[in-house]
Amino acid sequence: MPKLEATPNNPLHTLTADQLEKLGQEFDALHDEIYAELGDADARYIRGMITFQRRLIAASRGVLLFSRFRPAWWAGTAGLSIAKILENMEIGHNVMHGQWDWMNDPNIHSSTWDWDTASPAAAWKHSHNFVHHTYTYVIGKDKDVGYEIFRVDPRQKWRPGYLLQPIGNVVLMLTFEWGVALHDLDFDAIKSGSKSKKQVAQELKAIGVKARRQIAKDYLAYPGVSAAATAAVTALNGGDPTQAARDSFKATLVADAVANVVRNIWSNAIIFCGHFPDQTFMFTEEEVANESRGGWYVRQLLGAANIDGSPLFHIMSGNLSFQVEHHLFPDMPSSRYKEIAPRVKEICERYGLPYNTGPFRKQWGTVQRTILRLAFPGGGPRPKPGPYVAPPEERAERERLVEALPAFP
Amino acid sequence: MVETGATPNVSFVRRQVSRIGRVMTSPLLPDDYFALIRPRWSTREVTGTVVRVNKERGNASTVVIKPNFPLEPHLPGQYLRLGMEINGIRHWRAYTITSDPDHPEGFISITSKHTEGGRMSPVLNQFVRSGQQVFLGEIEGEFTLPDPLPGQLLMVSAGSGITPILAMLRELDRRDRLDDVVHVHSSRSADDMIFGDMLRELADRRPGYRLVEIHTADHARFTPADLDHHCPDWRDRATFLSGPRELIDAVEEHYDAAGLSDQLHTERFQPVIGNGGGDGSGGTVRFRVSECDAECEAGVSILVGGENAGAKLQFGCRMGICHTCVGRLQDGAVRDIRTGAITEASGQMIRVCIHAPEGHVEVDL
Repeated sequence: MPKLEATPNNPLHTLTADQLEKLGQEFDALHDEIYAELGDADARYIRGMITFQRRLIAASRGVLLFSRFRPAWWAGTAGLSIAKILENMEIGHNVMHGQWDWMNDPNIHSSTWDWDTASPAAAWKHSHNFVHHTYTYVIGKDKDVGYEIFRVDPRQKWRPGYLLQPIGNVVLMLTFEWGVALHDLDFDAIKSGSKSKKQVAQELKAIGVKARRQIAKDYLAYPGVSAAATAAVTALNGGDPTQAARDSFKATLVADAVANVVRNIWSNAIIFCGHFPDQTFMFTEEEVANESRGGWYVRQLLGAANIDGSPLFHIMSGNLSFQVEHHLFPDMPSSRYKEIAPRVKEICERYGLPYNTGPFRKQWGTVQRTILRLAFPGGGPRPKPGPYVAPPEERAERERLVEALPAFP
Repeated sequence: MVETGATPNVSFVRRQVSRIGRVMTSPLLPDDYFALIRPRWSTREVTGTVVRVNKERGNASTVVIKPNFPLEPHLPGQYLRLGMEINGIRHWRAYTITSDPDHPEGFISITSKHTEGGRMSPVLNQFVRSGQQVFLGEIEGEFTLPDPLPGQLLMVSAGSGITPILAMLRELDRRDRLDDVVHVHSSRSADDMIFGDMLRELADRRPGYRLVEIHTADHARFTPADLDHHCPDWRDRATFLSGPRELIDAVEEHYDAAGLSDQLHTERFQPVIGNGGGDGSGGTVRFRVSECDAECEAGVSILVGGENAGAKLQFGCRMGICHTCVGRLQDGAVRDIRTGAITEASGQMIRVCIHAPEGHVEVDL
């Protein structure tokens, strides 16, 4: 592999070792401060979220029993899509990160959780929690750099196969859960032989079992129940049960498929916006050799990007719209990211570091641009934002708070 | 994984409903949806409801619990883990079961002494009210009356160590076998003795039960040498010992010196194990999730080996009680360091703190 050039002006190199150490201490202190506060209110939040999600999915499945009727189909499909998104993002992703492990509740714990998607939990925890969150955006180490199929950094060597990238991108959007499941197998590790044959076989089997369960549930069991219920009702009313059953089976099957695809497109969009907008940096292995704790934090700041949005948008994105905060503190309950965001910005400002964020349109647009452009040879680094400077209203608010809260009221 | 309650015994029908229902609820269980209606309907783990809290002497409380699923029958002297949520965090402690076996409604009780600065005992002693939900672990413990019963018994206890001894004495009383039992118990004062009234009443009623009370507030602390005075024939008696660690160490030493360690029964959690020594071949471990390889010499647990190799692994008690450290054994064979039993991989969960590899093993940790 040819030696990779570091991105010019990477802020990772503007800080002295001393500054990096101080920065590391500040972020550690912020983490510990929040962790010391965790308690009943946080536990109520995640339990409330889980209860709401389960009620929503149960209700949506119930409504879809009548999927033959247009309004029921639309309501059920919408509910099911939202429930699947919540389950995968605000609940599943975050629980499997260990964000709620401090509760010591065996039913809401990274070691026991499995999610409603094709990827089995153990393999995902390896490829995501361990590989991606440790080697974040180190080209060659983090398998999430283009997921081993896309060219997302001009320093990745171009191959003719990348010409298909724009099509592959759309296919991946639609089938994201299956892409993630296969990605977790880590084809590089299989090729290089660092994974035993037995492990590969076991992981394939795990994917097979998971896939069978997911398919049986969404494409056989629920359509079957809908068909049976509709046939029974139609027969009682003296209609043709066979036709009713067939229509109903099909309508529910399509509803489930649509919900899965909606979830796939949405999670793909949020996850790509977290790492591939123009603002983010990628790193070479040399740059991160002998990295300090502070250096690790800076790399997380630079490699991730937030998405601006409303509280509802944040929940629907599993708070991955706070990707920067999530990468700094992957094990912190997601419900706390919003609260620490101003403090992270303030630290960025003091150390002259960027704080990557932008509206969804812009973030998603630059991601798609990069994927299209880098399908072709060449391409150069995109413009990077400068150090974060708080807008006047944020600065005024900060000063107002200092004034408003004297030490001894 | 994380410490969890016992798995309830559910009926065949219920198991089949769950198995079939899972097709519709995967990756969850039907139980998770039943629990939306009534949390008690979940069969994921045994829980219980506090029925009553009785204040005891000596700053202790007896908490009576109604389990939501019938528990396995217990033997007097055994304990279970009790879990409780305090400020959003679930805590676990092991407590001796102080209630008699075969309660007509299946209730059990535990007795906890208030410890300053403790996590659970202050809650159990001050804040727990009837209706509180708790989590219950498996019935455990080898500290029970032997079968057949020895003819002459000596009980040595101190402080809250009275709980398993009380359970055994009540059992002997019920079986009408309280023929020749000497009981030496230390407490701060007569007033401070947990279950003092009950035991004094027992001593009055049963001539075969002699209670020797030592009150440390105004008398010297008990030492094993005092046994010659309190119970001159202690060498001839099967001895049951329960109390703080210093007491257990002292009495064990005394019995070892007299060559009588076979006669001494005691409940003490093993000291930290897994640092080497003992049988077995040792081996290598592949930690699949944290991508780490470790070597373990004979008697070195997978946990210790992994930590030495730099893996970040979860643990709790480090002696096989709490199950915090469990991981899935995917390949190879492991040896239980405590018993020497060897288990082959079949995708089961193992406690890595008490298992050493036999050859090469792979775990999902």
